[in-house]
Amino acid sequence: MSDEPGPATTNAPDDVEMPEELEPETHDSAVEEAAKRMPRSIPLRVDGLRKEFGGITAVDGTSFEVEAGSLTGLIGPNGAGKSTTFNCITGIHTPTAGQVQFDGENITGLAPHEIANRGLVRTFQIARELEEMTVLENMMLAPKHQRGESITRSVTPGLRRDVVKQEGQLRERVWETLEFFELDHLAEAEAGTLSGGQRKLLEMARALMTDPEVVLLDEPLAGVNPTLEEKLLERIHELREDGYTFLFVEHDMDIIMEHCERIIVMHQGTVLADGTADDIRGNEEVIEAYLGEDI
Amino acid sequence: MSTNTSRLFEFDISYIAATMLLLYVIFLLLSVLQGYPVAGIVSSLQRVTFLVAVYGLAVLALNLHWGYAGLFNIGVAGFMAVGVYTSVMLTAPMGASPPGLGLPLPVGILGGMLAAALVGLVAGLPALRLRSDYLAIMTVAVSEIIRFTYKSNTFSQFTGGAGGFGSIPPGPIRRLFLQDASSIISEPTAIGAFVFDFMQFPMLDGFSLGRPVTLNIFSTLLIVAVLALVYAFLVRAVNSPYGRVLKSIREDEIAAKSLGKNTNRFKLKTFMLGCALMGLAGIMWYGAVGQSSVYPNTFKPELTFYIFIALIIGGAGSNTGSVLGGALFAGLLFEAPPRVATILSDVLGVTQTPDTIIAALGPVASGQFVPLLGFFLDNMSQLRFIFVGVLLIYLVQRRPDGLLGHRSEVAAATDLSARPSRSNGGDRDE
Repeated sequence: MSDEPGPATTNAPDDVEMPEELEPETHDSAVEEAAKRMPRSIPLRVDGLRKEFGGITAVDGTSFEVEAGSLTGLIGPNGAGKSTTFNCITGIHTPTAGQVQFDGENITGLAPHEIANRGLVRTFQIARELEEMTVLENMMLAPKHQRGESITRSVTPGLRRDVVKQEGQLRERVWETLEFFELDHLAEAEAGTLSGGQRKLLEMARALMTDPEVVLLDEPLAGVNPTLEEKLLERIHELREDGYTFLFVEHDMDIIMEHCERIIVMHQGTVLADGTADDIRGNEEVIEAYLGEDI
Repeated sequence: MSTNTSRLFEFDISYIAATMLLLYVIFLLLSVLQGYPVAGIVSSLQRVTFLVAVYGLAVLALNLHWGYAGLFNIGVAGFMAVGVYTSVMLTAPMGASPPGLGLPLPVGILGGMLAAALVGLVAGLPALRLRSDYLAIMTVAVSEIIRFTYKSNTFSQFTGGAGGFGSIPPGPIRRLFLQDASSIISEPTAIGAFVFDFMQFPMLDGFSLGRPVTLNIFSTLLIVAVLALVYAFLVRAVNSPYGRVLKSIREDEIAAKSLGKNTNRFKLKTFMLGCALMGLAGIMWYGAVGQSSVYPNTFKPELTFYIFIALIIGGAGSNTGSVLGGALFAGLLFEAPPRVATILSDVLGVTQTPDTIIAALGPVASGQFVPLLGFFLDNMSQLRFIFVGVLLIYLVQRRPDGLLGHRSEVAAATDLSARPSRSNGGDRDE
């Protein structure tokens, strides 16, 4: 994993050095206050996002930012609009109004594959592993712009040599990543035979093979047993230290409170609160939204 | 090639060889039982080989669509029709009726494939964006529109209408072997003279193969060579990152999209490529060996279903399985039953062949079973599709993956299981 080119901003959270490619948006006082740390760049910015399905407004003017190298939690009760927000960010839905900016560019309404190719990759709440493909095939699929994705290059005798060479290089990275996620013993199994937790691990491993800058995790812990859950969280922390940025949807409050440095609370399609775990704990509105749930 | 892949390849080749051997033994026996002369036996084996090869071509093309990319195309027959009609319209002599453009054969073959791909593009552009069931409806409709267009009186000046396109020019083997390709009794060319002489088998007394059989054998060998080429092409094409993307589209298109794959483009490209190969299959099937006419009603949806059944028998998702499925369907289910019926009715001395099932069942009441048997044997060419139906039910229940569909053929250009040696242990080097 370590020799792989990390995302553009490779600061660990406690790193006080300023990244050179800081963007102007970073000097947003609200963010500085919220982070209470040195300012960092904002790869992902959601501004006034709105999504209506017929007469129902699922997301109603949501705005938030995700800092580079952070582990940001997105929580909210069922129906708060978390998944719809995710789907709007990643291009599965086209928002009715509002903007999604990634690396300072407007990506609203782009096709899912275009967004993924820019470095914003997601996983799914119900793991979408490719069942009748092996774990290795699942992993090998992910890297972007592979030479052999062109039929001509795959078939023509001279050109195929390049394809085979690239396959060899990717294979090496795939095995390293599988070892990192402790999935290497399952490499040749069909993905459909994996347990629920292993599928989630595979999905995250596969997302990382695309060399993302920001990873959106949609309930990565749903249906995962406690041992694997611990393992997954450990991996997320390690990867974040390597410079990856995570936006993490979860409805288990304890996990979010414990692991995320910044938390966005959604309720009825809008952002209810945005701050550190302590800010959220003391927020009356949040407590009310969760109706007395102990947080 | 890694040892793993080459072992698989050796296995596949021997599997196909064993299947062909089995078919040849069966048809040799059938021919002997029917008392065929030697030339008849050879001709019968040639016909089986021909059917196996053309089914193989069509099933391989469908496997690319359905087995790999999950594109549910049930308009195979239509794309085959476009291929063969375009190719004969391009190559038929200008003065003939219906007239052609008199272009050389290779132009005709490429033109036919291109036309099939273009029809695929037109059909696929709107339909590939939709769910797969809409693609199915769209393709079967397109295939029927194509058939009725070729059948229609309005265009019969160019297509021959329902009476068929009757001026197919002679195939490449005739052109190679005969000075006047349109006449089988014309002077042979130098190559032709050598081959015809050789097929007289002067060393074997009383054994010789005439020109028609010889020409058919060599035309069939040509189709087998085309099949081998297409097979090799497809094996390379799908054992690659391209094949991986196709499989991911079949498994879960949203997952493929969210990993940055432009699935619409892959689907459209693959659909066009498969349609072009279906066009090629059509050309080889109806335009290359001996035929002088091609009829629109050959391309009814049934033909598509035969090809689907062959693919299900062989195992969707496997190229070798496709060839095997094509061979078994063409040999055992399509060609053999009517001949077995002929032999049986000879052996049992069945002379009565009632016209209706009622006339056949009537005598059963009085203890006579021969008319019923005669009825069944007489209708074997229809009844074989009952066997096909029964087999299909069995396969779907007991072996839904067909012969080879269960095995995982890893889509990669190299052996993925070869683990890089420097990273054994699992700890991350810092």
